[in-house]
Amino acid sequence: MEQNINNALGFPILSMLIFLPLAGAAFILFIKRENVQAVRSVALLTSIVAFLLSLPLFTAFDKTTYMMQFVEKHAWIPYLNMNYHLGLDGISVLFVLLSTLVTILCVLISWESVKNKTKEFFISLLVMESAMIGVFCSLDMMLFYVFWEAMLIPMYLLIGVWGGPNRVYAAVKFFLYTLVGSVLMLVGIIVLYLYAGRTFNILELMTKAYPYKMQLILFWAFFAAFAVKVPMFPVHTWLPDAHTEAPTAGSVILAAVLIKMGAYGFLRFSMPFLPDASRAMTPVMLALSVIAIIYGGVICLAQTDLKRLIAYSSVSHMGFVTLGIFALNIQGMEGGILQMLNHGIVTGALFLSVGIIYDRTHTRVIADYGGVASVMPVYASLFILFTFASIGLPATNGFVGEFLILLGGFKASQWAGVLSASGIIIGAGYMLWLYQRVFFMEVSPKVEGLPDLNMRELMALMPMVILILWIGIYPNTFLSFMHPSVQHLLDRVNGSGGPVVASNIIAEILR
Amino acid sequence: MPFTMPNLRPVMPEITMTIIAVIMLMAELVIKRKETLAFMTILTAGLLSFTLVGSMGTTFGGMFISDGYSTFFKLIFIVNMILTVLISSRYLETLRINFGEYYSLILFSTLGMMIMASAGDIIVLYLGLELMALSTYVLAGFIRYDVRSNEAAMKYLLLGAFASAILLYGTAMIYGLTGTTNLRDIASYIAANNISGNPMLILSMVMFAVAFSFKIAAVPFHMWAPDAYEGAPTPVTAFMSVGPKAAGFAVMGRVFLVAFGSARMDWAAVLIPISILTMAVGNIVALSQTNIKRMLAYSSIAHAGYMMVGIISGTPDSLASVLNYMLIYAFMNIGAFGVITMLRTEKFRGEDITDFEGLAKTHPMAAALMLIFMFSLTGIPPTAGFMGKFYLFMSAISAGYTWLVIVAVLFSAISAYFYLRIVMLMYMKEPRKAVELNATSGIGLALAVTAAAVLFIGIMPSMFVNMARVAVAGF
Repeated sequence: MEQNINNALGFPILSMLIFLPLAGAAFILFIKRENVQAVRSVALLTSIVAFLLSLPLFTAFDKTTYMMQFVEKHAWIPYLNMNYHLGLDGISVLFVLLSTLVTILCVLISWESVKNKTKEFFISLLVMESAMIGVFCSLDMMLFYVFWEAMLIPMYLLIGVWGGPNRVYAAVKFFLYTLVGSVLMLVGIIVLYLYAGRTFNILELMTKAYPYKMQLILFWAFFAAFAVKVPMFPVHTWLPDAHTEAPTAGSVILAAVLIKMGAYGFLRFSMPFLPDASRAMTPVMLALSVIAIIYGGVICLAQTDLKRLIAYSSVSHMGFVTLGIFALNIQGMEGGILQMLNHGIVTGALFLSVGIIYDRTHTRVIADYGGVASVMPVYASLFILFTFASIGLPATNGFVGEFLILLGGFKASQWAGVLSASGIIIGAGYMLWLYQRVFFMEVSPKVEGLPDLNMRELMALMPMVILILWIGIYPNTFLSFMHPSVQHLLDRVNGSGGPVVASNIIAEILR
Repeated sequence: MPFTMPNLRPVMPEITMTIIAVIMLMAELVIKRKETLAFMTILTAGLLSFTLVGSMGTTFGGMFISDGYSTFFKLIFIVNMILTVLISSRYLETLRINFGEYYSLILFSTLGMMIMASAGDIIVLYLGLELMALSTYVLAGFIRYDVRSNEAAMKYLLLGAFASAILLYGTAMIYGLTGTTNLRDIASYIAANNISGNPMLILSMVMFAVAFSFKIAAVPFHMWAPDAYEGAPTPVTAFMSVGPKAAGFAVMGRVFLVAFGSARMDWAAVLIPISILTMAVGNIVALSQTNIKRMLAYSSIAHAGYMMVGIISGTPDSLASVLNYMLIYAFMNIGAFGVITMLRTEKFRGEDITDFEGLAKTHPMAAALMLIFMFSLTGIPPTAGFMGKFYLFMSAISAGYTWLVIVAVLFSAISAYFYLRIVMLMYMKEPRKAVELNATSGIGLALAVTAAAVLFIGIMPSMFVNMARVAVAGF
């Protein structure tokens, strides 16, 4: 079955997207350390060019097909049948755009706040961008793994070098958690490769049928890698530390792109490769998702640190994402993917906002704030929009995503639907309470006389504002990208093997 | 009995090497500038790689084999030799141990390794092993006035002597059983008489396993390694951590896969626990080291454990992956030692891991190089260390040792902690001590080559994988 369509554009757009930031990073390498202005200008220029270069993906994407587009394929290690194989479908295309957009914002927001080792910072950031785009574009399992792991290096440095007081602990924790998960996945990948007749081609691997027992084992091997990244309960504990300690740009990248890769991994690999196991494990995944939604939300109520609160809200929101994905119906899955984007935009925006005020006050303790609304009115009005989007108020993007997910979740399991809906109420609780404590009440001495947003900061937040309203009001622009791909995926997951009844599963495990 | 001249072509590189090493030993008397000797050593290596081409063949009645397998290992030895010499000269000067014998000893030791790689007979193997070991003992104790260096040499010598004795025991037993010391004849005898499972055979295999475990520093025969690595001059540590280990694996492959090939299940049962123990002890004990040379000693123990997985799997592919890994390991490990060598000045040891604090601030280039080597040793793409591990583990899984690979990857995840600690100290701490770099163009060249190799193999490993596969094709 032909699953590729050739690159309609006249140039290898995906390779260019991957290598452009690398080239920018290499260029920065040769700029003198003292010349900070040149370093960040090159970084900004590179990220803007990369974003502009990625726009044809948005306009030239063929929304009528599930097939891979903009495909490139070159031999890499012929003996092992590894290829440099890139392509995008409706599930991955939006994430590439998100990555390129977020990088620009990260450069903008770090413009003045990163004072030490500026050169290395922007090199890490650009290398990070390359790896992120590579992860979403790879159609070769090993190429994917290389990008996936290569991301660890710049992220480790971003957290550990430019982070907060407890940064080293957070960086090491992040690295070890992710690495342990990933190496188990590596073993899984190799097992798949050997079973499927020595191919790493994702599209080929998707069409093979694997024995049920093997699927189950592999499902958990992949789970180890993806659940840590998402992060799902109970392997989420690295996230609050990493988010809290990372510099603003690091938090934004983590929230907006990196943790999406876990959910993306489930969609791209676990489900199509291991459809029977995915179906069988749905109850477990739904249960873990619901726990994450409620537990993450409740913990938020107890947080005293701004960034930590938003970090735990990520756990709750990503619970919605995995709930939607594992509902295994079209509403849930599309809602899940859309919510991944939404969460990237909203949480990214929240971290950007927190970063902006942190640069002024150098405190993240909620109790130190109060009355910010009267000091920084523009900032306050943008922040309330992000708060609403995070809660999921209609007309913001959060509403669309969560509504679809709850719809799908309810169809899959009424209990999951009902319980997770309570997560929205908790969400409203902690976000509004946060807003109240920071922006209303008496003006705290620490925030007195703070300047409102400057042009650069406003520029960094504006794209997020636009996207929140755009998706909130007319989500179809983005949903239309997904329909064929999601349907195709669901056909694969629900259509393979026939129904597996519980007794069969148990017999299979005990055998 | 008429005497016929044996075919000397296969042994030509070794003959060349012997002649040059002897000449060097005498030239040292007249040449006062030791850099000249270093330069000559590198030239020798170049000449050697020249004679390697077209040396294929078997000679001395099957006692000496020059095939793709041995040639690949000789390539590793040459790389090892060149890189070691490049990082040596300034270090020797700084420590005032700049004696000309150093270079001849390096040559003799390498010669021993080459003979080991080509051994088709246990006696030749033993000859090579002793030549290598004796030269390395002296090198380890090369800082004569330093107690720790003396201790290193002494420990290495004593335990090495044990290993040799045990090897001879094993040889005696196998000779008693089969009446030959030729590896291929042993193999055919075992196959023809169907004696796999014979207690004598198993005992002798255990003896061989123990002796080789000493050489590659596998647990529980690793006790000498941390002390020897710590006490020896740093360039020698680099040399020891790659050369003798590679030679150990070369003979391990030959003896176990050729001579005992038909009794694979028996010796695998011996090697599997050794390999698991080696990975476990190497990685876990490395976590608590504060001396970087000791830490890398434990890391090299751990890496031996990974490579043993390849030997245990016993397929041509897994053997090729061991070769490939060894070559990659040579680059990344010598690179790391190169950086450590640079830190050494007359008054400053530069061996404590806290000496690396804030290196990224004071010497960003050295720190960046160390970062590459540390990530490569951890096995993170896009570095060569990842490709080496990947190929190794893949071939082991395809040979059916999935569970062993799971053990290996988990331990390799643990290893991330102590490698990353160095990166953390360099990048995330403020400098506390004034560290000066004692760099020369030689070290610079060595580091440039190793870093480039680590990145290049990491991204385009195809060429090296193919080379390793071709090398084991005629095995």
